[in-house]
Amino acid sequence: MNVLIFLIPIALGLGVLGLVAFLWSLKSGQYEDLDGAAARILEDDVDELER
Amino acid sequence: MSCCSGDMAASAVMSQMSDEAKEYAFSGFGKTMPNGAKIFVVSSPSIHCGGCISILEKELSALAGVVSVRVNLTLKRVKIELVDQNIALYPIVEKMKSLGFDAVPIDLVDDHDTLGQSQNSKLLRALAVAGFGAMNIMLLSVSTWSGAEGSAKTLFHLISALIAIPTVLYSGQVFFQSAFKVMRHGHLNMDVPISLAVLLALSMSIFEALTHGDVVYFDASVSLLFFLLIGRYLDQMMRDRARNAVSTLARQSVKGASQVMDNGQVTYLPIDEVQIGMILRILPGEKIPVDGIVFKGASDLDASLVTGESLPISIMIDTPVLAGTLNLSGVVDIKVSKAANQSFLAEITKMLDAAENGRGAYVRIADRMAQIYAPAVHLLALAGFVFWMFYTGGDWRVSIYIAISILIITCPCALGLAVPVVHVIGAGRLFDQGILMKDGAALERLSEVDHVVFDKTGTLTSDQLAISHVDMTDAKQAALLKALALHSSHPVSRAIAQHFKNDANIEIDAVREVPGCGVEAKYEGRLMRLGSSSWVGEISSHPHRKGPYPGTCFAIEGHMPIGLIVKAEMRVDALTTLEGLARLGLPVEILSGDNKRTVKAFARAIGVESFIGEAKPQDKIDRINFLSADGAKVLMVGDGINDAPSLAAGHASMAPALASDVGRSAADFVFTRNNLSAILFAMKIAKKSNRLIRQNFALALLYNMIAVPMAFSGIVTPLIAAIAMSASSIIVILNSMRLAKFGQKPSALAINTKVIEVLA
Repeated sequence: MNVLIFLIPIALGLGVLGLVAFLWSLKSGQYEDLDGAAARILEDDVDELER
Repeated sequence: MSCCSGDMAASAVMSQMSDEAKEYAFSGFGKTMPNGAKIFVVSSPSIHCGGCISILEKELSALAGVVSVRVNLTLKRVKIELVDQNIALYPIVEKMKSLGFDAVPIDLVDDHDTLGQSQNSKLLRALAVAGFGAMNIMLLSVSTWSGAEGSAKTLFHLISALIAIPTVLYSGQVFFQSAFKVMRHGHLNMDVPISLAVLLALSMSIFEALTHGDVVYFDASVSLLFFLLIGRYLDQMMRDRARNAVSTLARQSVKGASQVMDNGQVTYLPIDEVQIGMILRILPGEKIPVDGIVFKGASDLDASLVTGESLPISIMIDTPVLAGTLNLSGVVDIKVSKAANQSFLAEITKMLDAAENGRGAYVRIADRMAQIYAPAVHLLALAGFVFWMFYTGGDWRVSIYIAISILIITCPCALGLAVPVVHVIGAGRLFDQGILMKDGAALERLSEVDHVVFDKTGTLTSDQLAISHVDMTDAKQAALLKALALHSSHPVSRAIAQHFKNDANIEIDAVREVPGCGVEAKYEGRLMRLGSSSWVGEISSHPHRKGPYPGTCFAIEGHMPIGLIVKAEMRVDALTTLEGLARLGLPVEILSGDNKRTVKAFARAIGVESFIGEAKPQDKIDRINFLSADGAKVLMVGDGINDAPSLAAGHASMAPALASDVGRSAADFVFTRNNLSAILFAMKIAKKSNRLIRQNFALALLYNMIAVPMAFSGIVTPLIAAIAMSASSIIVILNSMRLAKFGQKPSALAINTKVIEVLA
């Protein structure tokens, strides 16, 4: 039973990590333009090339 | 004839306007941030690929005063950050237009999105938290079900409580607030039993957990929230998408007018400051801002969106003009006869409000269900409590436990998903066919429609004019007529130019367009004219004859005038659509503001027996109310300003994308592709989704019929509750998915996966 003392916090911790990651990505606007993100990956980033 | 020519002419006029006037059109757009920067958002539906993104971002960033440009491909919008609020906005819009993109500034002040967006992410956050809570509690529940005993079981229960309490308090707010609001007004909705079940289950379980009890319902109460939030989120997402699409369509309305001062100078002033008696100058391509009387000049007006007259009308001094009509050919000065808030448009808005209030009586299926369901559930739970109190001789713990399990098991998890899932998939199907839906209730109403009323001009007819009859036998004359017509941008001239297929390589000179009359030119020294019959009659050898051609005439000096009959062209698929409606057994009627003779001829041509011509907006409402009083559910299809009140009065309504702004916002559905068959498709989808919603309710009720006796007899364990709830929700979702497959379109697969993504 002692193993529970580690396992439960670990399980919950991973869950919280996932939740926090999702909330952060939501807040930072990563879901605002899903189609745009897909299209932008094909663009050459001019700034990067010049650098 | 309506908007396309307007936009073309409008852009021509734009180039003549002063910079000040051009900028004035954008005043009020853009939002100043606390740090002094200004955010300007432009909607541009023609953005469609990665290439568009890079062109727009690169070119617009190069403009003076622009800090950053960000294109949103999903919403088809460009967000531009400017250094400060003094940067002019019109160069940005002009730059976009010159790059080949359309550009409609979005008013951030009364933009629903800012509000909708925050509502959306609030729901999404609640959904994420509920999802986290449900999964972790389920994890702990599975261990108790699989045999955790003694202190381990109590520990699991306590941890579950620690997760469940904040989760319910945070994610449940949506339901608690709504339940509280309706209860304060003495009503009941679905949110009342939901809130009650969740809160009772939570407090009961906390009590059990603290007293080392046997069974807890943490998992049930949290996963209940999770499932219901999915339904809420889908509903919200659909409404957002529709609103976005509609606001993209909205064009700029007239915000100002050019006033001619006593000294002849022209100044630009806001529409609110226009007063009776002022002289306003209207350039070709501009809309008349307020009702007035022509004071100087002559021109032609396109009134098709305002009164439903299909042919342009000539105006000259002392002709009254209505707000919203489009000036086609000449510069006119008008004397304002009514202030903006008393104009024709304002009257229409009043009628519109009245009509909308009349329709408010419709209750959505889900709410109708709730009105029966919610009290039934509460009574059932109470009955369970009372029965077990007697049966056990006053054991309140067992009795409350039974009452709560009844509430949980009957809680409308599947009911909460039954409607939104179907509506979201239905909206997706319609969207693929270019039909925008305002909200889910519209789909419900459309499915009940048993009577269809059409407007004629701009709805059954397209916005193109066509020559239906011309007494022309001489090829040479035809060539001259075409050559002359090519020199004018008047809709009738364009129709003539299109009618004659032969080429017109004839040199004509001294071409002159006379506003309100027509166009004239010289060929081999002889004058020829195309235009109104009285004006053309002046040069013909024969005195002007009133004969069968009151409209447009063509004549060469000294020759007999030739009459042309012009009419609005029927939409390509008008006949097939009407046939389709006839096959469905729906009676069709035409209500038009056009003159009686035209309407009669048109109705005959397309085989509609019931028609009313020269109908004023009030006549149209009266007719629809008359039909409704007879028990008919009327679908109104129309586009004009004069149709707007009747669009709101109809049981359901549709408008083409080229409709007037007020007409479009009054309609439930807007079809963006130029085809009337959208009506048939939308009705098919509406009927099918209505059937699916009813099936879903039947499935949910069937589940209740099995589950309630179990709960009543006290044999529902938390495990059974969890399985039953999830199973019923999944069945309802799978059943709704059939709408995506209905009628088999390849795109259906895409929506399927989209919904699955959301649900996953």
